[in-house]
Formats: sequence, C-alpha cells, structure tokens
Amino acid sequence: MLFDDPVFGSRVLTLLTLSFHIIYATIGVGVPLMIMIAHWVGIKKKDEHYLLMAKRWARGFAVTVAVGVVTGTAIGLQLSLLWPNFMELAGNIIALPLFLEVFAFFFEAIFLGIYAYTGDRFEDKRKHFLLLIPVVLGAAASGLFITVLNAFMNSPQGFDIVNGQLTNVNPIAAMFTPAMPTKVSHVLATSFMTAAFMLASIAAYKILKGSNHIYHKKSLYMTMKIGLVFSIAAALIGDFSGKYLAEYQPEKLAAAEWHFETEEGAPLLMYGILDDEGEVKYELKIPYGLSILANGNPNSVVIGLDQFPEEETPPLIIHYFFDLMVTIGGFMVVLSLVYWIGMKRAWSFVKSNWYRWLIVLGGPLSFLAIEAGWWMAEVGRQPWILRGIMTIEEAATSSDYVGLMVILFATLYLFLGIGTIVVLRRMFKNNPVELELEQQEAAQGGETT
Amino acid sequence: MSLEIIGISVLWTFLFGYVILGSIDFGAGFFNAYSIITGKQHVVSKVIQRYLSPVWEVTNVFFVFFFVGIVGFFPKTAFYYGTVLLVPASIALILMIIRGSYYAFELYGSKGYKGHKGYAFMYGIAGVLVPAALSIVLTISEGGFISIIDGNPVLDYGALFTSPLTWSVVVLSIVAVLFISAVFLTWYSNKAEDTGATNLMRKYAMFWAFPLIIAAVGIIYELSSHNPEHFDRILNLWWMFGLSFLLWIGTVWLTWKRKKYGLAVGLLVGQFALAFYAYGISLYPYLLYPYLTIYEGFTNDAMAISLIVVFILGLILLVPSIFLLLKLFLFDKDYVKGNKKKE
Repeated sequence: MLFDDPVFGSRVLTLLTLSFHIIYATIGVGVPLMIMIAHWVGIKKKDEHYLLMAKRWARGFAVTVAVGVVTGTAIGLQLSLLWPNFMELAGNIIALPLFLEVFAFFFEAIFLGIYAYTGDRFEDKRKHFLLLIPVVLGAAASGLFITVLNAFMNSPQGFDIVNGQLTNVNPIAAMFTPAMPTKVSHVLATSFMTAAFMLASIAAYKILKGSNHIYHKKSLYMTMKIGLVFSIAAALIGDFSGKYLAEYQPEKLAAAEWHFETEEGAPLLMYGILDDEGEVKYELKIPYGLSILANGNPNSVVIGLDQFPEEETPPLIIHYFFDLMVTIGGFMVVLSLVYWIGMKRAWSFVKSNWYRWLIVLGGPLSFLAIEAGWWMAEVGRQPWILRGIMTIEEAATSSDYVGLMVILFATLYLFLGIGTIVVLRRMFKNNPVELELEQQEAAQGGETT
Repeated sequence: MSLEIIGISVLWTFLFGYVILGSIDFGAGFFNAYSIITGKQHVVSKVIQRYLSPVWEVTNVFFVFFFVGIVGFFPKTAFYYGTVLLVPASIALILMIIRGSYYAFELYGSKGYKGHKGYAFMYGIAGVLVPAALSIVLTISEGGFISIIDGNPVLDYGALFTSPLTWSVVVLSIVAVLFISAVFLTWYSNKAEDTGATNLMRKYAMFWAFPLIIAAVGIIYELSSHNPEHFDRILNLWWMFGLSFLLWIGTVWLTWKRKKYGLAVGLLVGQFALAFYAYGISLYPYLLYPYLTIYEGFTNDAMAISLIVVFILGLILLVPSIFLLLKLFLFDKDYVKGNKKKE
C-alpha cells in the first residue's frame, strides 16, 4: 500500500481536504459581503449595473457554496475518522464552537437559498437586500467559530489534566484563547481581501479580453478599493499575530523566521535557503525586524529554536510558507494602493494592459497566500495537534485503509475543482453582461409602455 | 430527565429530521434518474428540481448537526466509531459529494443547459447508496462486528458483509427512502396540479409500501438471533411499532383512494417517527453494544449544559427561518406550480 503509516496517510488526507476546502471556504466567507456591498451601492446610486453585479456574483456564489458544503461535510467527518483520539478529547472541551459553526452555516444556507431564488419576487430591491444580512452574518460567524477551534488547537486552555484525567472543563474559556483574536480577525480580513481581489481579477480579465463595458470598470474599481482596505487590515493583524506567536508559541515564530539563537535585537530573515550544513544563504536581513515583529521593540529578546528540544521543533520549511504569504500580502497592498491613487490622479499606467494583467494575477496569488498561511499555521504546530497536550502520532487513527481513501478523495477533489471552473465559465460565457443588460432594458421597456 | 437522555434525544431528533428530509431528497434523485431512463423525464423532473434546489443544503446540515453533536455530547463515540467507520463513512461521503456536485454543476449551472444524462443517473444511484452506506452504522451498533485489538477497535468486514442482518438493514433503508420520497412527491405534485406526475409518484408509493413492511419485519426477525437482548427490548415496545403499523395502513389507504395526500404525508411522518423513536428507545442504554453506553461515553456537565443552551438558542433562531423557507418553497402554491420563475 502507498501509505503504510496511518499517521502519515491521515496527515496527507487532511492536508488535501483542507487545502481544497479552504478555497471554497474563503469564497464562502468573503463573497457574501461583496454581494451585499454591490447590492447596497446599487440601491444608493440607483445604478442597475451594481444590482446586476450582486445578482451575477450571487449566481456564481451558489455554485461555489454547493461545492463548499460537500467539502465542508468531508472535513467535518474526516476529523473524527482520521483523528479519533483528538476528537474524543476535543469533543469534551471544544465541541461548542463546532456546534455553533453548524448553526451559523445553517442560518446562512437558509437565507442564501431564499435570496437566490426570490430575485423576481421582490419589487422593492431594499427588501430583497435585507435577506443578505443573515447571509453575511452567518458566513462570517461560521468562519469565526471554526477558526476558534483552530485557535484552541494552538493555545489550548479552559481545562485541567490531573493524573491523566480531564477536569474543570470550561467551554467558554476554551473558546476565548490567546490565539483567538488575531487568528479570527486575520482569517476574516484575508477572506474579504481575497474575495475582493478574485472579483477584481475577473473584471480586469474581461476588460483585457476586449469587453469595454462600463460595468466591468465599475466592478474593477469597487473591488480594488475593498481589497485595499482589507489587505491593509490583514497586514496590521498579521503584525499582531507575530506578537501573539512570540508570547505563546515562540517555537512557531522561531521556525518560521529561521531564528536559531535566542538574542536581543533580532533581525528578520526574508527568503534565502538552508544549505546542507543548516546554514542560511542568500537571505535578506532586516536589522531588528524580528524583535519589532515579536515585541514592538527593536532591542527586545526573541526566543530562538535553541530553547526547544529537537523533537518539539516545527519543520523549518514553514519559513518558505511565511515568505510566500507575506510577500503576496505586501504585493497586493501596493498593487491596490497604487491603483487607487492612480485612478484618483488619472495616472494612465494603471489602465494599461500590463497593470491589468498584474491585477488578473492578483486573484490566484491571493488564494496562494491563503494556502501558504494555513500551511504555515498547521505545519508550524507540528509535532502537536493540540499544542503541548497531544501529538499527531497520538491522535491519528489506527485504521489500515487511509492510503486508499487518500487516492479516492484526491480523484474526487480533482473532479470537483475542474467541474467548478467548467461550470462557472459556461455559466457566464453563455450569458455575458451585455446580453443580460439588454434583456433587462427590454423587459423594463416592455413594462412601461 | 438526565443530561444524557436530553443529549441523546436531541441527537436522535436531528437524525430523524435527516432520515425524513434526506429520504425525500435521495428518493427524488432516484426517481429523476429512473424517469430519464424510461423516457418520462418531462413528467417528474421539473417538480423534483423545483423542490430540491433550494432545500438540499438545509437537509445536509441535519446530517452535519448529528455527527458534530454526537462528538460533543458523547466524545467517546469519536474513538470507537471514528476508527472503524473510516471506510463506510468515506464511501458515504464520496456519494454525498457526487450528489452535491450534481446540484452545484447541473442545477445551478447555466440557463437553458439541458443537463447530462449520465450525471443524472450517477446522482440518482448515489442517492440510494448513501442510506445503504450510512445504515451500516446501525448494524455495527448492534454489536458482534467489532473487536478490541491492542486497545483499538477493529471492524470485522467479513462478518459484517456476510451477516443477513447487514443486508436486511440495507434493504430497509433503501425501500424506506423510496417509499417516503414517493408519498411526499405524490402530495407535492398534486399541489403543483401536475396530474401526470401525481399518478406516477402514486404508483411508485403503492409499489414500495409492501416491501417496506416485509423488510422491517425481516430485521426484527434477524435481531432475535443476532442480539436477543435487543430483540426483547423491542418486543417490550410492541405498542409503538403497532401504532406505527396502523399509521402505515392509513398512509397506504389514503394514497390508494387518492384522498388527502397531505394527511398521508403527515401519517407517514408519524409512522416513521414512532418506529424510529421506538427503535432508539430499544437501543438504550447502548451507543455501541456492548462497549459503550450513553453513560460511559457522556461528556462533562459543563459542556453538556452549554451545548443544550446553544441548542435552544439556535432553535429560536432557526425555527422561524425554516418556517419561512418552507412557506416560500413548499406552501407557496404559485412557486410549487412553477408560476414564479426561479432566478
């Protein structure tokens, strides 16, 4: 069998499912807010284009939500199937946010179903708009609660273990862990940011492909502005995350920054590679950078990997994930900021083809940053599944069939991924904006005469 | 009432909700596929799709609630069932993914797109296989298929797949799905004033009514030898099963006489509720015979109470929302008839 070790098989399958699901989950949390903003702007400005934007986004969103529902069900069930010992412990302490997450999603699913299927039933667009409020709240809340669970895995609290027995469980304290504020806000901000840049990427692509309609330009300008706001927010929260890590998970920060020796005034290493002797090469050193990131003080002490036993040191590969995430995040801030200023000041290059291609690239890049961020967060917690309490070795299933499942699910995710792209393309290609606007005008013209 | 009983009652209710809503959903998919093969697609597909498209995600959530809830209330189930169910639950998941992708790609797809026959066929087949795969859990819970080796539970697939009990449960789950779905769709088609669909669905309902009872009696018979202790507890609850049987007669009679299809659906739900809860009560106190009872497997009180509080708060929010959903898509005559176009 391909994966003889169930622990390794379980890791691979979880990596696969989460890496795939996070794409749909990010869209699921982020896009409802975009639909809501477009719908709101449409009502405020009495502009049909924005209303149509909300409508078309919602139509595409329905497809991704449906796929997200099944991949979400998969990861929910796989947690128990692959990590039964972890879920037995987690069920005792942190079941509450899981339960809440399902409620929040339930709420979202109900109103999304209603919103998507009742577009024609409301004469008054304002009433139809109200249906979006529970969708946006439900989407954000489900993102919040599931991240609470992940925060708990990084900084568990709210219980005591006395002689191997679990006591004094406090489900509320377990939800409000030190990791929770930065993690939740970072996940939400980056979801909104990624959703905005994804939509901007589509709009820019349409313009590049020769569609000169003002609809796409409005869409591009609006989503780039939203993306700018949330990418700045994500960067600021990222800075707080560094301070959280320095205090509560110093080994993760040290591994991500290849910070081997505890020292004052630690520099921040960006990029570079590790050679065979474990020496860092070709890196970019930012003096005092790490001390600032960790404590906000250039002379502060940052704990290095020398303080941890080797078996509790996270894999050093997370440095690359960190670099990827931060680089893309920074790039997107600059890209959207320059675009926004450029549009205000009528700089012509922001409307040039090469700049628009960069914006097109920004969508997939943002998703890559989301993936890199999660790989850093999850791989960086190794060897722990529940930091300091339970290792992944202890948590994994003893079943012999994990390898087979990896192959089955990998095939299925490939099919789902390709299917999503094919269906969304067909959906919007056969029904372009221009055509839909014409039809709308024709229909309204028919009503007034 | 103890916290353990409240916990298991909440979970059993979610599972019952999933059994009914899921059956309608799975069976409808099967009838849809069957009508495509037999060339009667135009008769039922529209009705089926109009009901299912906005509702299936809500149906799915009942299932998620159940398995998230059971780990919350009874964390030890994660250890026992999580380990042994890797294969059957993964198969069920894969089938659910196929079904979900059908909604995502075929129904939400593009306007005027006719749909792919092979896909609809897979979707229909997957629908009847999901309950078959999930019903394995109930068989396993009867005991006799799991042994503890080196402290880890191990499932004996050979014993499981050669046991007549396993196959009786599988048959019952499939027949129940088709019966529930047909009775419901008879009512729904009738409400849509679609005579062709009503007649066809009524025919299916009549067809599956008798196999249902035979399959149910078959399981009770199998249990008498497989788990006599459980069999005795079932006999003690004979009156609940008896009442359930009377309601079944009512459903069949009304459907046969083409009368009050709505009442027939009500009786149907009553019939399954009685049988399902009677079965649940007869399982008491075991979650997994003979290893795990609801008392050994229960979570701590703090978690139990917070879950129950959240559950009540959640219901306050959800019940009106679900009511709104049903009002718009199930009880709105114009929508059901298709006079209100889907967006």
